[in-house]
Amino acid sequence: MNSSENEKVKVLGHRTIFLMLFNLVAFAMIVARLYYLQVYEADKYKVMSDKNRISTRFLVPPRGVIYDRNGEVIAKNDQDFQALLIAEQTSDINQTLEAFKNIIPLTVDEETRILKDIKNKRRFIPIKLKNDLSWEEVAKIELNAPDLPGVEINEGLSRIYPYADLYAHVLGYVGPISDADKKDNPLAMVPGFKIGKAGLERTLDYQLQGKGGTVKLEVNAYGRVMKEIERNSGVQGDSVQITVDSRLQEAAYEAFGEESGAAVVLDVRTGEILALVSKPSFDPNLFTNGISYKHWNALLNNERTPLVDKAVSGQYSPGSTFKVVVALAALEAGVINVGTRIYCAGGMDIGNIRFHCWKHAGHGSLNVVEALKYSCDIFFYETALRVGIDKIHDMALQLGLGEPLHVGLDNEKGGLIPSKAWKKARFDKNWTPGDAANSGIGQGYVLVTPLQLATMLARVVNGGYAVQPTFIKPTEADLKKIKRLDISTRHIELVKQGMFEVVNGAGGTAGRAKFNIDGAVMGGKTGTTQVRRISMKERLSGIIRDEQLPWKLRNHAWFMGFTPVDNPRYAVAVIVEHGSSGSGVAAPIASKILQKALELNIK
Amino acid sequence: MEYIGYGNNGQSLKDKILGISFTYILLIVILAGIGTMTLYSAANGSWEPWAGKHLMRFGFALTLMIFMALIDARQYYKWAYVFYLVSMMLLIAVEVFGHIGMGAQRWINFGLFKVQPSELMKIGIVLFLARYFNAMTIQGIRTFRGLIIPALLTLFPVAFIAMEPDLGTALMVLITATVMVFVAGVQWWKFALVGTIGGGSLPIIWNFLHEYQKNRVLTFLDPERDPLGTGYHIIQSKIAFGSGGVFGKGFLHGTQTHLNFLPEKHTDFIFTMFSEEFGMLGSLTVLALNLLVIALGYLFAFRTHNYFAKLTIIGLNTNYFLYVFINISMVMGLLPVVGVPLPLISYGGTVMFSIMASFGIILCMSINKSKMSFDDNR
Repeated sequence: MNSSENEKVKVLGHRTIFLMLFNLVAFAMIVARLYYLQVYEADKYKVMSDKNRISTRFLVPPRGVIYDRNGEVIAKNDQDFQALLIAEQTSDINQTLEAFKNIIPLTVDEETRILKDIKNKRRFIPIKLKNDLSWEEVAKIELNAPDLPGVEINEGLSRIYPYADLYAHVLGYVGPISDADKKDNPLAMVPGFKIGKAGLERTLDYQLQGKGGTVKLEVNAYGRVMKEIERNSGVQGDSVQITVDSRLQEAAYEAFGEESGAAVVLDVRTGEILALVSKPSFDPNLFTNGISYKHWNALLNNERTPLVDKAVSGQYSPGSTFKVVVALAALEAGVINVGTRIYCAGGMDIGNIRFHCWKHAGHGSLNVVEALKYSCDIFFYETALRVGIDKIHDMALQLGLGEPLHVGLDNEKGGLIPSKAWKKARFDKNWTPGDAANSGIGQGYVLVTPLQLATMLARVVNGGYAVQPTFIKPTEADLKKIKRLDISTRHIELVKQGMFEVVNGAGGTAGRAKFNIDGAVMGGKTGTTQVRRISMKERLSGIIRDEQLPWKLRNHAWFMGFTPVDNPRYAVAVIVEHGSSGSGVAAPIASKILQKALELNIK
Repeated sequence: MEYIGYGNNGQSLKDKILGISFTYILLIVILAGIGTMTLYSAANGSWEPWAGKHLMRFGFALTLMIFMALIDARQYYKWAYVFYLVSMMLLIAVEVFGHIGMGAQRWINFGLFKVQPSELMKIGIVLFLARYFNAMTIQGIRTFRGLIIPALLTLFPVAFIAMEPDLGTALMVLITATVMVFVAGVQWWKFALVGTIGGGSLPIIWNFLHEYQKNRVLTFLDPERDPLGTGYHIIQSKIAFGSGGVFGKGFLHGTQTHLNFLPEKHTDFIFTMFSEEFGMLGSLTVLALNLLVIALGYLFAFRTHNYFAKLTIIGLNTNYFLYVFINISMVMGLLPVVGVPLPLISYGGTVMFSIMASFGIILCMSINKSKMSFDDNR
């Protein structure tokens, strides 16, 4: 071998050693990288790996059950099945939807909603296809699963109201969460999650909701669930017991027959609401899964306004029922007393307007008890003028009128008790004697809700205790805290005497409604309030009988009653919209309700 | 059979068989075993569809390797240029038929088996350069003129392979050839010059790349750029590595792979899958085995006394090193994803046979310890 050949091999040897070093460096780089990925950054990648494979889904907790005062279930949850669609799990969402429609027909409404959801929601959020699936439908879907990629059956709970229409205005209803409410609630994105939309369901929503559970699922890259890793079922919402007695509620509801109106029954000693109905009503079960347009429009366009809770949102002139307040204000102010007699000649001039008594012939001379019994208008025009509106205002507010009572129902109204200052502020006009006279018989500006009227009556007949109406049973401690109003017992007894006479005295305005159950009798006060202005011409020509007017124009009929008179326990306020006559229409309904309360002996 | 066992400087078949490095074969068998095991896991614990076939292929390839090891080493020298030419012609044929036929096509179907000319070229370029430099003096190697032919005959097939398009293989052939030129003793400054020119021409090359190749490079530089597309592979692969940690998730328990987050787990990304299940300890074991295979290769190169044999071993060894390095680097995010499998472990017949054939040649060269000259042409 020559030297050139040797040189060549030597060079090759050197270069090869260099190459080997290069290879070693390359391997060292790989080892360093391995260390970096598998030791230094391992924790980060472990988290990412878990994020990949673990899909956490929220479980909707069962909503709390609502019981009536006797432990009867009035709102519960029933199992139901719904079909969901997860967009990211299907390659062709329209094809899946078509395939689904071939198995389970969808209405146009449903399809519109689904297409909207598909557009608006993120691709991994399940979209509701259809609720309330029957076993048969579930089986059909499962059977066709290969043609329905992305479709899942979800076992859900739907809210059931066993008494349907009976409790619509008390309990309200639940419904899918709206965008506005979504912000903070992690459950909001879970299909089937419902929140209270109205009534006590809304007010007590926080208690009833419970705590959401989670289920951790292992999913593969295509989103298919491989197995369940961990389940935390969550906590059912708290049960709530309310003070309403379903039997009395039903009796009150039935007592109205076809009339529309509202009734509120209170335990006068505690303020517990024993019944609260508003007629006509609706079926809250319709709302649970989203009400259809047809039903919604029917409810919305009904002239008798079934969606309005007349018991708390209906504001009406109290009419003659307000005379109780006026009488107490006057007695307390000392402008009249037990012996004060006022002569009713059927009419009187106030300013330059002539005010009539409902009895044009006049009642003659009356004391306060007789004035209440016969509901004499002249007596109360005069009394109101003597005591002045501001004292009436103060008394009304003490008794629970003029401001909302906050029982937790939607759109609870405060009514209106006028005062001089109010009129000045509102109309920039001075208070007139005519205003006072009108207020004295519960007309003019005065407005109350049935709930307020029942509260007022309860506060009077319980001896002047400021009970607060409530759906939640007050504790002993709560009851001890009830304030005694600054009204003398003597005056209260006088007023009660008057209300006793209304029903039980000869010639009392509500004589037809009286009853006597084991010695328990009813006291109360009728009221009839004008819906339209009666023109001067009508006044002179003789008034058309109210019953002959179209329904919408007839007078509202009031009755507020309590029983037993000697030791009052229950108070009721009944309004019959356009019922014409307090004594003829409202009093018998109130009577039926109170009789039922006595019969049930609700404690 | 004239050259098998006989005429190789008087070595008998028995001598030759005993001359084969059994350590080398053992390492290869262990690596193929790891591959089979990983493919078994990749199929969620099943011999179907990969592991069984992989093992069977390895069996055939092992036979091929031993056959090639026992061939008279002079035959490789003798047929080196012819082999290169045939490979080149097949490459051209693939390019031509591929375009007439079904778009991008990398193989030719011979009925019984398919051949990827680019794989043949990996061996062909080594044999060609080894013989070419073997015949040259060191002075000749250090002239410009001496480099013209190797440069042209390297760039020609590289260009064809790149056009297939198979950027990974093209780069491997190019780098293998460059390494051989380097080892043969070409001056450093020439590499610096070519490097500068090459760096300067990158923007021009960039324009010739396919969109998907550009994407791969861009995504390599920033995987987050396209987390659901090309970057997805790299991100998911890194997650698999990282979450495997030091000890791994256990055989058959890699979540990234078994839940299909990791694509190509049985081919290009098999090392990721292995590493997720066996952690850093497993990965280091595979690296060590490969390092030993490569080190043994260099040992063979030093031990043989023949220049052609030395250069052939270094070329083929470099080819193997590139496979391992490029594959592992790309799945760990050190290099762009260029589609280079991990030999012996990744599923796929072509690479299995081509790499085993090159092992066979390495062994053949290593058996030949004599100073025998191949210079029968001179």
